[in-house]
Amino acid sequence: MSDLLAARWLFGVSLAFHIVFAAVGVAMPLFMVLAEWRWRRTGSAAHLELARRWAKGTAILFAVGAVSGTVISFELGLLWPRFMAFAGPIIGMPFSLEGFAFFAEAIFLGIYLYGWDHTSPRLHLASGAAVAASGALSAFFVTLANAWMNAPAGFELVGGAPAAVSPFVAMFPPGWSHEVIHVLLSCYAATGFAVAGIHAAFLLRDRASAFHRAALRIALGVGGAAALLQPISGDLSARQVAAEQPVKLAALEGQFETERGAPLRLGGLPDPERMETRFALEIPKGLSLMAFHDPDAEVKGLRAFPREVWPNPRNVHLSFQVMVGLGTLLAAVSAAGLILAVRRREPPAWYLRAVVLSGPAGFVALEAGWLVTEWGRQPFTVRGVLTTAASVTPVQGLLVPFVAFGLLYLFLGAVTASLLWRQMAPRAERSRPAGGAA
Amino acid sequence: MTPADLLGASILVALVLYALLGGADFGGGIWDLLAAGPRRAEQRALVEHAIGPIWEANHVWLILVVVVLFTAFPAAFAAISVELFVPLVLLLAGIVLRGASFTFRTYDRPDDDRVQARWGLVFSGSSVLAPLMLGVVVGALASGRVRLAAQGSAPLAWLSPFPVAVGLLAAALFAYLAATYLAVEAEGALRDDFRRRAVAAGVAVFACAAAAAALSFREAPLVFAGLTHRRWSVALHLATGAAAVTAFVMLFRGRVRAARGAAAVQVALIVLGWGASQYPYLVVPDVTLLSASAPRATQVALLWALAAGGALLFPALAVLFRVFKGERPFSVVDRPR
Repeated sequence: MSDLLAARWLFGVSLAFHIVFAAVGVAMPLFMVLAEWRWRRTGSAAHLELARRWAKGTAILFAVGAVSGTVISFELGLLWPRFMAFAGPIIGMPFSLEGFAFFAEAIFLGIYLYGWDHTSPRLHLASGAAVAASGALSAFFVTLANAWMNAPAGFELVGGAPAAVSPFVAMFPPGWSHEVIHVLLSCYAATGFAVAGIHAAFLLRDRASAFHRAALRIALGVGGAAALLQPISGDLSARQVAAEQPVKLAALEGQFETERGAPLRLGGLPDPERMETRFALEIPKGLSLMAFHDPDAEVKGLRAFPREVWPNPRNVHLSFQVMVGLGTLLAAVSAAGLILAVRRREPPAWYLRAVVLSGPAGFVALEAGWLVTEWGRQPFTVRGVLTTAASVTPVQGLLVPFVAFGLLYLFLGAVTASLLWRQMAPRAERSRPAGGAA
Repeated sequence: MTPADLLGASILVALVLYALLGGADFGGGIWDLLAAGPRRAEQRALVEHAIGPIWEANHVWLILVVVVLFTAFPAAFAAISVELFVPLVLLLAGIVLRGASFTFRTYDRPDDDRVQARWGLVFSGSSVLAPLMLGVVVGALASGRVRLAAQGSAPLAWLSPFPVAVGLLAAALFAYLAATYLAVEAEGALRDDFRRRAVAAGVAVFACAAAAAALSFREAPLVFAGLTHRRWSVALHLATGAAAVTAFVMLFRGRVRAARGAAAVQVALIVLGWGASQYPYLVVPDVTLLSASAPRATQVALLWALAAGGALLFPALAVLFRVFKGERPFSVVDRPR
């Protein structure tokens, strides 16, 4: 394995790990504060129990997210020093503001978790709301930095170095709003379905549990709403990509030839050697219609671009298919849930089973979507400006930290999963209130 | 004052706060490792109780240092990341294991002593590793020797006596701070435990500082000059020494709040003294605030962002410490109990 590949693997594994905790850190505080709010409004004991158990889960997940996020902030320099030397001054602004948002998150989460018995009800609830808001704000700022890597703006290139930098132009590059909305919705949808899946599994065993019913309503309410909105956001993003990043669009869709009335391919395996995508179900003119809202629009194929700026179409197309497929599944499950809710029917067993099965789908889709945007930008870190190969550190032997951190993350992931399982399992011991404040 | 100077000063202030707050949390972990005597369980419980609600917020000062560094001084961030790759990776391992194991210990089978002990060992071990590596990084930056490792071809170039001495000094300082803070939060015999520990750690600080100062003569001439013959050297020594003596006297007399305040001043002066000796270098001997600077537009915008962020941050921090550390968390006066 070359050092460049080891660096990409290490950074990829670090982000793939962190992104789960980051997404949970955006959505889970909202769930927890909604449960507490219900309890304070109605006095429902199930909601109090729910708020406390979710708070414990959030505490575990936030701690792992905080430390794995620290790893990312250092790895930006450890693995990609040339990228940071170039891009730091241009995209440092959103990262700095994210630092303050993260500060607010950590401060108010401390107050929330350990303050059940130390603060007034109003301060406690407000702290929870502040955690939820600053979590969303963190994701907002970090996604702005990623949007800039996809569509760099706010500087001029003079002799390979950035000049005339305007940080606030760089902070809001073309398409920033689509990417930010898409990411935020994915956090709520993925976390909502993961949480709903767990509680639906318990409900299948004990249909009368007020605790799990309350949990399902909140998690599926937020997650389902996000999943229903996500296809709209996805459409806006895809059209933005079509307009601004035609190579990425061609790779997403496995489109090798430039053509008018390009078909939409469902499934299929792009073959870069034979320059065709095989085994796909083609919907005539579908791609032109989706990407440009015109059935006869011209879609540029990969062959219109030099081979050295192609992303790997196989990786990008397959991850895109996974993301869209699972996103569609989640939207369908959410729509069914909406119909049940409108008819005021208790969720039947088949529906609970569907929720259990779609539990992991949100996070798989989220990871796939992240792979789409990262693989789809290759071979560049800053599209059209700086390649990944030119960004990497000269330090050698990166296989060692890659293996070490890979094992560390496996270990942390396994421990976290088992602890969370115990928090939610029906007979979980209740010896400590959130945070062990007793 | 140029924007670069102001941003350099901001980084230094954030580092002082990280040492005083985040550093003390690591120090708590060190006392978990060294818990001994008839009250060892109480000592560990106090550490857990003291850092539980605040360690994550305290940790963010380090993140702030990193983002301000790469935004305002990108060339320095790149150089540091390449040259100090190994100690930084070890620092990260320490940070990850400390935070994760502390949280796991809180939530994983609170009644099972073996599980608790296992996580406790990871927590306390990593609480030693992280400050050591942090000090090594600081020592290596100040010594100027790592620049020989041009282009990452010598991953162990940082390994020499001076950075190691600074690593030990950092661990001793953090343990010293933690013990004085914990003495305020403890009562009775437990308070005396931590008063004794604070004195012992204070002696260790003195020994490590003396070793680092002696080694700096050969390995870190800028630091040595800062210690001996800059304009402000004598004043700084007198102030630091006065704070140290005050802390010791107050510890012996049992006036723990005053001791805590004096210890914090002492540590802040040590960090500021390091910064002042190294000015204007970010990495000795050739990366300066000026040479590593981002474009002026970025630096000015960042200063505004820091001012706005700080205006929100400090009130929030005040609420956090007020809730968990009493009505006057920063007071140095003992309240009648």
